[in-house]
This record gives sequence, C-alpha cells and structure tokens, in this order.
Amino acid sequence: MTAKWGLRGLAFGYLGLLLLAPVGMIFYKTFEHGLGPPIEAMTSPDAVHAIWLTLLMVAVAVPLNTVFGVGCALLLVRHRWKGNALIDGIINLPFAVSPVVIGLSLFLLYGNDGWFGPTLSEWGIQVLFSTPGMILASVFVSLPFVVRETVPVLQEIGTEQEQAASTLGANGWQTFWRVTLPAIRWGVAYGVVLTTARVLGEFGAVTIVSGSISGETETLPLFVAKSFEQFNEEAAYAGAIVLALLALTTLLLMSIGGRRAKAGASGPIPIAGDTALSTPTTKEGS
Amino acid sequence: MEANPATVAPPRGAGIRLPGVGAGLGRGLVVLYLSLMVMLPLAAVVAESTEGGLGAFWDSVSSSQSIAALKLTVICSLIVVAINGVFGTIIAWVLVRDEFPGKGAVNALIDLPFALPTIVAGLTLLTLYGAESPIGLDVAFTRVAVVMALCFVTLPFVTRAVQPLLIEMDREMEEAATSLGAGGFTVFRRIIFPNLLPGILAGVMLAFARALGEFGSLVLISGNIPFKTEVSSVFIRSQIESGNVSGAAAVSVVLLAISLLLLVAVSFLVRWSARK
Repeated sequence: MTAKWGLRGLAFGYLGLLLLAPVGMIFYKTFEHGLGPPIEAMTSPDAVHAIWLTLLMVAVAVPLNTVFGVGCALLLVRHRWKGNALIDGIINLPFAVSPVVIGLSLFLLYGNDGWFGPTLSEWGIQVLFSTPGMILASVFVSLPFVVRETVPVLQEIGTEQEQAASTLGANGWQTFWRVTLPAIRWGVAYGVVLTTARVLGEFGAVTIVSGSISGETETLPLFVAKSFEQFNEEAAYAGAIVLALLALTTLLLMSIGGRRAKAGASGPIPIAGDTALSTPTTKEGS
Repeated sequence: MEANPATVAPPRGAGIRLPGVGAGLGRGLVVLYLSLMVMLPLAAVVAESTEGGLGAFWDSVSSSQSIAALKLTVICSLIVVAINGVFGTIIAWVLVRDEFPGKGAVNALIDLPFALPTIVAGLTLLTLYGAESPIGLDVAFTRVAVVMALCFVTLPFVTRAVQPLLIEMDREMEEAATSLGAGGFTVFRRIIFPNLLPGILAGVMLAFARALGEFGSLVLISGNIPFKTEVSSVFIRSQIESGNVSGAAAVSVVLLAISLLLLVAVSFLVRWSARK
C-alpha cells in the first residue's frame, strides 16, 4: 500500500509540477484581469495577421504532407522495391534534425548567396523572409507524421479486400477511394492531427527563415515570442493561450483518433520501423 | 537506414496498382518530394560546413564558445534523460498497473508536451518558475531552467515507450517470483526491470536526440547567455544572425551526426528486443 501511494505521489507530483501547474498558471495570468485584455490583445492588427498566417501554413503544409504521406505509405507497403528502406529512413530524418538546423538548411538554399536564391530572385520569387520559405519549413518539420501513422494501418488491413475489388472490375482509383481509403481513414486522420499540431506550433525553423517581421512574416508562435521580448506580456500570454487551446483540442483528437486508429497508432514517438513498441498506448488509459 | 517492417516483408499478392499512377511514377514523385523538401536542404548544410576545408570546420566546432555550448547541451540532455528515465518509468507503471479515477485524462495529458508549441512550453514554465514566480522560485536564465524546459518537452518519450511493454508483460513471472519468496524490490530488479529495459533505453535515446536539438522552449527561459546557458541550437542561431553561416553549419553537422547515430541505434535496439 505504501509503495503504491509512493509511486502515485511521485508520478502525480512530477506531472503536476512540470506540466499542470505551469499551464494552469499561464491561464490564470492571462485571465487575471478578465476577458477584456486578452481579447483586445488578440484583435490587434499584428495578432490577427499572425493568426491568419499560421492558418495559411496549416492550409498549405497539411494537405501537401497528407497527399504525399498516403501515396508514400501505399508505395512502401504495397510495392516491394529495394529503395524502400532508404525512403523509410529519410522520412524519419526530420525527427532527428534540430528545428534551427532545418531553418539554416533552407537559409543556405534560398538565401541571397544560396544555391537557388539568386536564380529564384531573378525570376521575381522571394522565398526567404517571406511566405514560401515559411511553408517549406513547415512542410519539412511535419513531413513524417502521416506516413508513419498510415503505414501500420495499411499493413494491418492486408490486400484481400483490394484484390476482391479489382477482381470485380474496379480500377485503381475506384479501389483506392471505395476500399483502401475508408479502411485507413482513422490512421490518416491521426496523422493529419499530429501534422497540424506541429505546423501550428513550429517556432525554431520558421523563426530562422521568416525574419519575423510583424504584420508580414510573423506566425502566432513568433508573435508570442516577440511580444514577450518586447515586454508586452498581455499579448504574449493571450497568444500562448490561443495556441494552448489549440493544443488541448489536438490532445482530445489524439486520444480519440489514437483509439480509433488502434493498431495503427504509433503515436508521435519516432520509433523507426518498430511495431513492437508502438502498439496503441491509449487503450489502457480508458 | 533502417527499414520499416513493411519494406522488409510486403504482403503476398502485393502489386495492387496505385490509383492512376504506376508504381514507377509514384516512386519518382516520392523521391523528388523528399529530395526537394529534405535531402537538398540538408546537403546544403553539410556542404556549407566544409566550405573552407576540414580545418575551418574543425576551427568552428572547437571554438571555445561552441565547445561550451555543445558541452552544456550534452550534459543537460544526459541529466534530463536520467530524470525522465526514472519518472517516465514510474508514470508508465502508475498508468498501467494502478487504478484511479481520471486515469484516461492523465494518460492523455502525457502527450501535452508533444501537442503544446515549444514557445508556449517555455513561456508557461517562465510564468511559474521565472522572475515573477508566485511561489518565490526563480530559476530563469540559469542552467536549472535549461534542464527544466528539456524535461518538459521530452517527458512523453520514456513513458510512451515503456507503457506497451508493461501491458504485454506476463504477470505470472512476477507471481512465481513472489511465491518463491522474492521481495518487492527483488522482483523489480530481477523480473520487471530487465523486461522494461529495452523500452526505457529506446525512450531515453529518443528523448536525448530531441533534447540535443531543442530550441523553442529554451529561447525565453534560458536567457541564452554564452558560456553559461547557451545551448548548441541557440548558438547556431546566434552564428547565423552574426553572419557566420559556415560556423553555424559546422556545429549543425555535429548535432546532426549525433542525432542520426541515436536514431539508428534505437531502431537496432528495437529489432534486437523484438527478436529476443
């Protein structure tokens, strides 16, 4: 009995001091003087622009990585090729790279002295310190999620239904839309949630490539950082609350999606090529 | 690079055509996408790091500020994974073996550090443990703050790697040991711990890889003081900002190499423990 309570105390104490209390504190700080100040801070032109830009990142990066993710997962699972192992390894790379290094890498490609920068700016395309560069950074950091969540589900469902469909005369697209996609939808959805969360919150890579110009290249996480550095704590806290609420929504969707995706849910942990360790982690908690 | 099980053993009867595009074209598109989005940018970092030859590379990496940052990053990350190795395992244990109301919510809470933007993570810690701390505990701009922020962002790794192993673990082994007279601690040391070790190690290595590159949660709370609280990722940014891009690239390559080695080690570990 004492051991049990001791372990409980340690677990809850650690979670409480590290996670719950700080997150609770920021909610308290934001709404300390009522709803007025945070709402005012979030309706300033710079804040509104930051929110729109963040949503734009999501609107471009998430569909790109979803289409790529599903297509790539189909190739990896359904088509034997000796390059598959290499592709699989490359897909996990963004997990191993610091966001700052990702930012630097894009800086080196698209900067004024970069590999592509001068040519592109001759064509009138500005990538660095503007939206395209920030989208590239968002795509890079969030690339693995959909692939990683879709692969195990595809393995799980097997090919029998697909074969039946094509025996009955369905072509590739029909089989995909009517048989494969419905069967893997929860895995894909879980991947989309993780991708969205990552794009919404990305700071390191975007801060390097964006130049963080208020009202122009500032996403919500950059807005939070800059507001705090300029001692505009109200705006920083309000922005952080918006992001935190989005994170809590993500968490909710994750625990629903993870349960639905069941066999597929490897979660956001990048355990490469592993199914033994990545069996669903949400079921025992429910 | 390590293969997914998918790539090692494709199901029999593979060869259902991808909709619309053939496998060859699909492969081409996947390779093109990965090259443009991931490989070319990283190649640019590696190329830039050796721009001035290996001597210049070494000079950048071994400058006193760079070494101080690398040392701080590695030491703090080691401390952090030790802390989370212990607490992550305890949390996993409580979540699997213990019953209490609200367990589902606590289990979902573990993923909060993955869902919460890193800049918000740093800011939340700062509101409670910073200069305006309501409990009078101000660790802002110290190494303690670095460790604390890294603990926050790497919390889920060990717990999430240990949980499935705990669920699958055979309770009979423990019961047998107990009935043979083993005490609680002996059962833990001889039965439970060895079974959980692969998960703990995998979680610890992934957490370490994450901690090495962490940036967002540290920029506000660490103060980024060179030789004191400046970690490598922050050092890289300051080098970019001061125009020393090759120096930034050199340190990036060192970080990149360590993380890659860790990821490869983890997938070997996972396969090894799966085969056992």
